Amino acid sequence: MGESLLSVKSLVKRFGAVQASNNFSLEVAQGELHALIGPNGAGKTTALNQLCGELMPDAGRVFFDGRQITRMPVYRRAQMGLARSYQITSVFEHLTVRENLSLAVQAHKGHSFRFWKKAVDDPVIRRAVLQAMARVGLEKRANMQAANLSHGEKRQMEVGMALAGHPKMLLMDEPYAGMGPGGAVELTKLIRKLKTEFTILLVEHDMSAVFSLADRITVLVYGQTIATGTPQEIRANPEVRQAYLGDEVNG
Amino acid sequence: MDKSPVNRKILSIAIGSALLLALPVLAGIAGESYLVTLFSRILIYALAAVSLDLILGFGGMVSLGHAAFFGIGAYVVGILSFHGFEGTPIIAWPFALGGHQSGLVLWPAAVLLAGAAAAVIGALSLRTSGIHFIMITLAFSQMLYYFFVSLEAYGGDDGISLFSRNTFPGIDLGNDTQFYYLCLAALAAFLFLSYRLVHSRFGMVIRGCKENERRMKSLGFSTFRYRLVCFIIAAAGAGLAGALIANQTEYVSPGLMHWTRSGEILVMVLLGGMGTLFGPVLGAITLLLLEEFLSIYTEHWMVYLGPFLVLMVLFAKRGIYGLIAGGNNNHG
Repeated sequence: MGESLLSVKSLVKRFGAVQASNNFSLEVAQGELHALIGPNGAGKTTALNQLCGELMPDAGRVFFDGRQITRMPVYRRAQMGLARSYQITSVFEHLTVRENLSLAVQAHKGHSFRFWKKAVDDPVIRRAVLQAMARVGLEKRANMQAANLSHGEKRQMEVGMALAGHPKMLLMDEPYAGMGPGGAVELTKLIRKLKTEFTILLVEHDMSAVFSLADRITVLVYGQTIATGTPQEIRANPEVRQAYLGDEVNG
Repeated sequence: MDKSPVNRKILSIAIGSALLLALPVLAGIAGESYLVTLFSRILIYALAAVSLDLILGFGGMVSLGHAAFFGIGAYVVGILSFHGFEGTPIIAWPFALGGHQSGLVLWPAAVLLAGAAAAVIGALSLRTSGIHFIMITLAFSQMLYYFFVSLEAYGGDDGISLFSRNTFPGIDLGNDTQFYYLCLAALAAFLFLSYRLVHSRFGMVIRGCKENERRMKSLGFSTFRYRLVCFIIAAAGAGLAGALIANQTEYVSPGLMHWTRSGEILVMVLLGGMGTLFGPVLGAITLLLLEEFLSIYTEHWMVYLGPFLVLMVLFAKRGIYGLIAGGNNNHG
């Protein structure tokens, strides 16, 4: 494995008596698809929120692209190239597909204290928006309000938004949640394509998807990393079997 | 796509503008010259309402303190022209600062000071959201209200009267018709500016923040800065309206910034249609005309206004503007 793009060192986060992150550590190498799995309540989302900056850890450090980002605000991490997609699809429902993607593009094309010119007429933004729409296959939906898209299309658009700024790394929070079998197949195809271009941290519950996609897997139990390895290693690890996989793998 | 809502919108705006342009003539024909004065007041409140719509309808910031900036604009004109007339300095130390009579000096000063106050109030208030934001803006405006109530040098509770309207090159502000057209021009200019603003890159960011601020941050926007600048621009608009109302009534009092005044401006926006820019103009016209004519018959005109408001909010989500101009896009 190459050098770490994202490096997480012993994060601790408590909510009252609950220890949501308990010395959580993680290394994501440049170019890999790393999956973070764990049973319900293992602290996956808490961990992710600390990586993207929505939560501040009580202790520990996070490094991204050679810089410490432990206390950096969300928007600056995003500007550094750490993009995120959400578990519950998070798009601008009242804006059109074009406007949604154009906002995502805007975030990475200089400041937006531009008060006069129409945003949609800006040639730089327009070109990038067309590219982003083509990448996720939503060209035909350009002028549709996001609220009217199907669940799968929203997911696609959200990924398009995360990619619009050409991030260095993509944090995906349970992209398979709430997806039908057809949508899941489409999504796997999309992620396989993304994998060739981006470093990805995939937080996921869906086992079959994780094992077929991931280069490496980290298992989180009670806020603590209990194992990291290739899918084969994880499958064979007795501790992991006991803590989490149980009958899902055996039976 | 069906083009008719767009045409209907343009047609409504054209008819509205034509009526407002012709109003002094129509009032002259009807022999009701007081209509010119009444409508000057309405246009000034419309300007304040449009400025509130920028933060409320587009930015999703429900401020109950917008009248504070309206009042600051008015007091800047009131205090400066008071000293300008008397020829006394406002402060003598550490540097002498005299008053003034010219609108060219006073109105930009009103705009700047309202904006500066908004920078401070906004920087503190915008760290909160939802009900907390409503309460903190309310608290700030009430603080300012009591500050001016206690300012004995400028009349305290009773306020101050202007000796005359300000001067303005080429225009006789004392002439009601000329003053009316000035108010109309100020409103039109602010509407045009706001229209450009909400469609610009900045406007897109503001609208994004209204809908999903968390997502905006994760896309890489420092949302606080954008919202603060929007808050300041809206306050500057209200400051200009305040400067105009001081001239219109030739009287300034703390009542201009009482929280009920903020409520009134808020009602204009809701009534006319939030996030439509032109709607708040209709809201101001409707509310102030109703107030004017219902109060002829009863002192308790609010009793009749209340149910009307409830019906509007329940059944016309985009307000009067939505009923007239149709369409459902949030593009102003």
